[in-house]
Amino acid sequence: MATDTHRLTQIASQVRRDILRMVHACQSGHPGGSLGCADFLVALYFDTLNHHTNFSMDGKNEDLFFLSNGHISPVFYSVLARSGYFDIKELATFRKLNTRLQGHPTTHEHLPGVRVASGSLGQGLSVAIGAALTKKLNKDTSLVYSLHGDGELQEGQIWEAAMYAPYHKVDNLIATVDVNGQQIDGSTEQVLSLGNLRAKWEAFGWEVLSIDGNNMADVQRGLAEAKSKTGKGKPVLILMKTEMGNGVDFMMYSHKWHGIAPNDEQLAAALGQLEETLGDY
Amino acid sequence: MKKYTYTEKKDTRSGFGAGLVEAGKQNENVVALCADLTGSLKMDAFQKEFPERFFQVGIAEANMIGIAAGLTIGGKIPFTGTFANFSTGRVYDQIRQSVAYSDKNVKICASHAGLTLGEDGATHQILEDIGLIKMLPGMTVINPCDYNQTKAATIAIAKHEGPVYLRFGRPSVPVFTDADQEFEIGKAWMVNEGKDVSIFATGHLVWKAIEAGEKLAEMGIDAEIINIHTIKPLDVQAILQSVAKTGCVVSAEEHNRLGGLGDSIAQVLAQNLPSPQEYVAVNDSFGESGTPDQLMEKYGLSTEAIVTAVQKVLARKTAK
Repeated sequence: MATDTHRLTQIASQVRRDILRMVHACQSGHPGGSLGCADFLVALYFDTLNHHTNFSMDGKNEDLFFLSNGHISPVFYSVLARSGYFDIKELATFRKLNTRLQGHPTTHEHLPGVRVASGSLGQGLSVAIGAALTKKLNKDTSLVYSLHGDGELQEGQIWEAAMYAPYHKVDNLIATVDVNGQQIDGSTEQVLSLGNLRAKWEAFGWEVLSIDGNNMADVQRGLAEAKSKTGKGKPVLILMKTEMGNGVDFMMYSHKWHGIAPNDEQLAAALGQLEETLGDY
Repeated sequence: MKKYTYTEKKDTRSGFGAGLVEAGKQNENVVALCADLTGSLKMDAFQKEFPERFFQVGIAEANMIGIAAGLTIGGKIPFTGTFANFSTGRVYDQIRQSVAYSDKNVKICASHAGLTLGEDGATHQILEDIGLIKMLPGMTVINPCDYNQTKAATIAIAKHEGPVYLRFGRPSVPVFTDADQEFEIGKAWMVNEGKDVSIFATGHLVWKAIEAGEKLAEMGIDAEIINIHTIKPLDVQAILQSVAKTGCVVSAEEHNRLGGLGDSIAQVLAQNLPSPQEYVAVNDSFGESGTPDQLMEKYGLSTEAIVTAVQKVLARKTAK
């Protein structure tokens, strides 16, 4: 592994602080899923991806990432800024008028690092497949990654895409599902059970592996394993178990923090549990 | 009245098919996707010529639009093909978010638009697509009138940077525009100069407007006929110049009267040059099964309907 696991864990702690401060400052946004996916996105951007922070939309000869569950924009923006796509000070503008950091990620404001709008769920897997097909046409051997919520799998378009990619051997694609078991109205079990996700994706023809998304060493291991399975005729799917709200004790084990912001006291309590490792923006 | 003749009838979808092959030859970045209607969209020639650049996605239109959006990242110019209903209503949110809002260079190509799809009936006869798509910021909306114009438009949109909706149809209609014409997006075509009334027509209604113009000429009415092939961006200057001269308008389109070309023109006139206007369009209803000609007659999209609309609007102009 290129980057030290301890170092990545330190970055993830700072990213979690960013997430909380961003949603607190505008009193809106989605901290729960953002906190849960912090380790994954830090590992992806600081260890796995071969990418250029000097952003070009076409992203030729570099790995691409598509966030399909766009509501976890806080973690995406923090990781992009901390990677060097734009100044971390801009995180303070999240969800405020005239910002490039829209509530859900967009290309419309030309924020470096974002290649398609997301927010309306279920569309990102198709887009990632398209980008992967273009890489094949361009003889570009780099990879395409995408991230999806588990609740998002209730969208039908996901399964259209799930059927397409294996049949057409889109094997330069690694899609990850954030399996936190929560959605707005409750647990996925209560709202609309997803059933046996591994069996479902395997039945569609994907190479499936599972990781603990809140264990940095396991995230690194899983991403490396996923990469090793590309180029073998099948798309790769990572089932990533996470805890919504991970890193802040009172935000975990509930769907309550899916889409609400902490107040001043809650912010202070949450920040007290997360070390400021790189310096707040 | 300028004389227009034709030697053959062809379907506009075949113009698309021919244009797509030509666009593919001109630019290797042109790729095409189809949702199980390759024959109906006349995309088989492109598929045969460029098999590695053709993607059969099956009956999964939402996925097709998303894949097309992704294909643009890295420089491809995707053309999606399915019926107009499945190109718009079925995938409106995918077009809105992944294509229009994301400013992706996707060309959404839609056949079997309007009533002239015929016997399949109202489930397939979308009459709302122009309205749906023109409301999306950044979209270009084009509805050519015959085989040659559709072919030229297909070649032109490949060279245009930005999302486009190209609408065409199933029936064989007169081929009366020039072969190998240059298609200029957003530039109205003066079909016939006249002074009494402006007829703005799009798609299959352009030929009917020409037929109407001939009948009107026999009645001593000098109709100006303008082909608005690009509904967005609208050629506002051409519309205002014409209406400043004629003082009244008939709009003609194979679409619901709500939200189509007529409404785009009415908005321009209301703001700049309020003038009497009559609509030749479907009167806020769904279609039904029947032959194309029967349907165009029943739903008021015939040559005679244009003549009647002109007489009505001229009476209103005179009464003003």
